[in-house]
Amino acid sequence: MAGESEHSENDVKPGLEPGPKPGDLVKRHRLSTRLWHWTNALAIIVLLMSGLSIFNAHPRLYWGSYGANADTPWLEISGEGTRGFVRIGSIEITTTGVLGRWRDENGQTSTRAFPSWATVPGFYSLALGRLWHFFFAWILVLAGLSYWIWSFANRHVQRDLAPKRFELKPSHIWHDIKDHARLRFPTGAAALSYNILQKMSYLIILFVLLPLIVLTGLTMSPSMDAAWPWLLDLFGGRQSARSIHFICAFLIGAFIVVHLIMVVLAGPVNEIRSMITGRFRLPGKREDAPPPQRPEFAEEQAQ
Amino acid sequence: MSKILTTRRKLIAGLGSSVLLAGCDSWSRSPGFQDFLASSEGLTRRAQRMVTSREALAREFTVADLSPSFRANGSRTADSDAYRAMLANNFADFRLRVDGLVGRPLSLSLAELRAMPSRTQITRHDCVEGWSAIGQWTGVPLSRLLDLAGLRDSANYIVFHCADTYGSQGRPYYESIDLIDAFHPQTILAYDMNGEQLPERHGAPLRARVERQLGYKHAKYVTRLEAVARLDGIHGGKGGYWEDNGAYAWYAGI
Repeated sequence: MAGESEHSENDVKPGLEPGPKPGDLVKRHRLSTRLWHWTNALAIIVLLMSGLSIFNAHPRLYWGSYGANADTPWLEISGEGTRGFVRIGSIEITTTGVLGRWRDENGQTSTRAFPSWATVPGFYSLALGRLWHFFFAWILVLAGLSYWIWSFANRHVQRDLAPKRFELKPSHIWHDIKDHARLRFPTGAAALSYNILQKMSYLIILFVLLPLIVLTGLTMSPSMDAAWPWLLDLFGGRQSARSIHFICAFLIGAFIVVHLIMVVLAGPVNEIRSMITGRFRLPGKREDAPPPQRPEFAEEQAQ
Repeated sequence: MSKILTTRRKLIAGLGSSVLLAGCDSWSRSPGFQDFLASSEGLTRRAQRMVTSREALAREFTVADLSPSFRANGSRTADSDAYRAMLANNFADFRLRVDGLVGRPLSLSLAELRAMPSRTQITRHDCVEGWSAIGQWTGVPLSRLLDLAGLRDSANYIVFHCADTYGSQGRPYYESIDLIDAFHPQTILAYDMNGEQLPERHGAPLRARVERQLGYKHAKYVTRLEAVARLDGIHGGKGGYWEDNGAYAWYAGI
């Protein structure tokens, strides 16, 4: 059986009975995955938006241990006269209206980095941004740790997320990239398992970006730096950690955008239902269906 | 059909997000909801205290690591005639009072403080806004003063009373720490910064250094240490200027 393993009525041994057919409503996401997904969705959105509130208090990023107004930032989002801009190194991009200088919903001009629609709270308050941020940071960490442990214990990670050897072949990855670019999504039972680009994105989020963003967040804490000084050595100082924290947040934001686009393209009702109730209607054959999969592909998936 | 669906979905999404955002803002303004969010602060403090030993030191740097320019933030002076007069006199008349729940209240001149054993440390100062600056600080360990004054068993907090006021209402600045931080070896009352007398904009003549917490705990223009059992009777009752006037956390370890 491919992919998810919580199936009851569909949990058949390959080759003995036919698997689910296109049009069937089958179990796709486990309860633990679904609970974590929505807890995480809420926590990450609040964290990203309250994080932008906090960033607005000092919209400059540096490398190294220290960095303040007299030092040279590698990134700055600011306003100058009537213009808003983003400066990265020596490159300056005018962003008036969006970043650095913008109008709020009451028509008031503001010269903060991120506009009010992108921040929690929507008015400037570093203290309240921090309250939101640290409350939801605990939710992210506690839910994330539970999910980590649970998903190793029930073999979700090993079975559904770990790439199979054949999937790591450059030719396979390239094939998958081309399919994505042409918006050809898997049909039938193949739609039940993650493809290699999904697996890699989810693995990077789960085991690279989330741990990195938590650890760089902790490195900004003067108390944690005293407790775990190795954090400072690992990230090259507090201001480097702050920069990496922001870059991770940006990448997670980019993941969410791509993720939402893919959900819309793959059929939002079916996809969202599968993440709420766990049930997913297997998509049928496309008119421009690709040629049948290579035998070794099907064989590996049947494991 | 699908067009109607898309429009409906857009409407729902648009409505949903604006309701959510407006909701966040009205929640943000509600004291009850602020308290609810702030409930995680206790968890943060306990968790950080659990993994941080009492003696764990903030990293100390070398002279080569000093910030070329150390940003002065918050009050840059204490705007009162009494402070102007002391400044003009190079703090010859300055007295640090140590009182409250102590056996022997103290009144110490700057010369007396300078004559005591001192500690010098090069540490990173982290502002709650996000920036950091590295500076060198020399001063009297707070534990030394508290031992001299004979802290009573009933004392739980040390309050730093300051000469400066802040904000449009001109409220006095103050801060407080618990005894874990008060007796931490790096907690000092600094009178020198970067090898020179502490400048006016950085809190002359005395500035608290509480190295495992954020900058707003490092009170400037300190004139009096008060040992107390509880914080709720002092000014706004939340243990510090920013705690009273801005919903900032009393424990600023993160």
